[in-house]
Amino acid sequence: MSEHEYVPKSKAGKWFNDRLPLLTLGAHLTDYPTPKNLNYWWTFGGILTFCLITQIVTGIILAMHYVAHADLAFASVEHIMRDVNYGWLIRYIHSNGASMFFLAVYIHIFRSLFYGSYKSPREVIWIIGLMIYLLMMAAAFMGYVLPWGQMSFWGATVITNLFSAIPLVGDSITTWLWGAYSVDNPTLNRFFSLHYLIPFLILGLVILHIWALHVPGNNNPVGIDIKKPSKDTVPFHPYITIKDAFALLVFMIIFAGFVFFTPNVLGHSDNYIPANPLVTPAHIVPEWYLLPFYAILRSVPDKLGGVILMFSAIFILFVLPWLDTSKVRSAVFRPIYRQFFWILVIDVLMLGYVGAMPAEGIYLVLARVGTIYYFLHFIVVMPVVGYLEKTDPIPMSISEPVLTGGAEPSLARKVNDKV
Amino acid sequence: MSKEEKKVNRRDFLFTASYTIGAVGVGAVIWPMIDQMNPDKAQQALATTEVDISAIEPGKSITVLWRGKPIFIKKRTSEEIAEARAVKLDDLPDPQKDEDRVKDGKDEWLVMLGVCTHLGCVPLKDKGDFNGWFCPCHGSHYDVSGRIRKGPAPTNMEIPKFEFVDNNTIKIG
Repeated sequence: MSEHEYVPKSKAGKWFNDRLPLLTLGAHLTDYPTPKNLNYWWTFGGILTFCLITQIVTGIILAMHYVAHADLAFASVEHIMRDVNYGWLIRYIHSNGASMFFLAVYIHIFRSLFYGSYKSPREVIWIIGLMIYLLMMAAAFMGYVLPWGQMSFWGATVITNLFSAIPLVGDSITTWLWGAYSVDNPTLNRFFSLHYLIPFLILGLVILHIWALHVPGNNNPVGIDIKKPSKDTVPFHPYITIKDAFALLVFMIIFAGFVFFTPNVLGHSDNYIPANPLVTPAHIVPEWYLLPFYAILRSVPDKLGGVILMFSAIFILFVLPWLDTSKVRSAVFRPIYRQFFWILVIDVLMLGYVGAMPAEGIYLVLARVGTIYYFLHFIVVMPVVGYLEKTDPIPMSISEPVLTGGAEPSLARKVNDKV
Repeated sequence: MSKEEKKVNRRDFLFTASYTIGAVGVGAVIWPMIDQMNPDKAQQALATTEVDISAIEPGKSITVLWRGKPIFIKKRTSEEIAEARAVKLDDLPDPQKDEDRVKDGKDEWLVMLGVCTHLGCVPLKDKGDFNGWFCPCHGSHYDVSGRIRKGPAPTNMEIPKFEFVDNNTIKIG
């Protein structure tokens, strides 16, 4: 972990560090050698940390005013909005914060896909990241249930009913999840408990995620292994901290734009109607960040099949490091794969769009085409392109394409464009 | 392994016995933690509901709440009953005779759980391609007997346990 032995300057610091080497950890995080060519797509790790802390802080505050009871929850949320000092602000930060969190995590995941950050030796970082993503979805879903509006109630009903597709034990599992014979007060209570727990599990996994990252060090836009520390690296502080801080500021401006100007644009107006177990809203949709998976679920005309396919869409990502056969990490040097990457991006965006539309006509056709491509991309395109593709020449070091521009000018330009 | 077996001694016995007792102990502690999430006594106490059905006109239906779920009670017209019985069983994804979904001699009364068997939404009445119910969530069509005809739902809408207390009252549960 340490490239050099750190010794605190002060006597007290040395005394403490001998007993608990926190100062050594601090020095490691400060000096941590980072590739000097990291672009702004690499700032989303810091942004995501900010999102998690924001959600935890605002969430703890909301829990001071919220009542987790089927008869009182809806009114208590309105109480937060109208009576609690700055309650509206805290709640809007929390609800929009969830969306911003997912926006950042999707950019983070696609950055990893483009630059091959999931490949050896970073598979464990990738898998821990996916576990965080799964927990995020669970936390977001349960959080959406807490205001106990119509979308809360029916979203909870539809999602918990996914488990009833399991043969034989499905109904027992669903009843067990509910603690009743339908989504009801016991369900709300336990969702609140788990919604409070999950962010702390995520925090633990984030620490493991960063720890696993600090073993091999950061991937970079060129995707090559670099010597650390060397002329290809810069210390994390101040070079990366200042870059992260600037990106975070831009991110916070967008975040604040949602909170102050369109706080409800990402939500659904039906959730301002109290939950009614007798009436299903005419058009039931999950939050935007779950729409691609919702589209996959609905594209299959079979209950169990749809559920299996939807979960597979997430779990296939866990084996991604072994499905990608290419030794070249960065798509900058992979002319064929690069095109498929952008098709995947468009495919997922399209699935998100049709997930918000009614499951009929052209939308159903698009959902099916999108679902088929999604799986083909990972099962067929990734292994096959990895074998057949003729990749562009890879520079020996990060400095090379810039400093020795004369030898391979086309390459230098290409790398510069992406960086 | 055969050589090892000869060496089975008191220590091996103690290991095996300890692990076994330990596993039983862990299971005994975990089970209450899992089972506490199942419906409690208060939830189970809501298990029966009596409903007055005297005011329902032929062709109309009412919706009542039972165990937190909607129950559709429909008084069907003779045309609707005839339509339901004219359907060939081969045309049904989940073949079931209309006669098996109602009480003998009370053919007009369809009492069923108003919950789509796909993902639990409440279907809308008098909608869909089969004059029955239509689920807006994922597009399942049910016929006038509440049987699935088209869409992702795997089975017919469920018939709960119920009985006629008298001609004007049914007891669900």
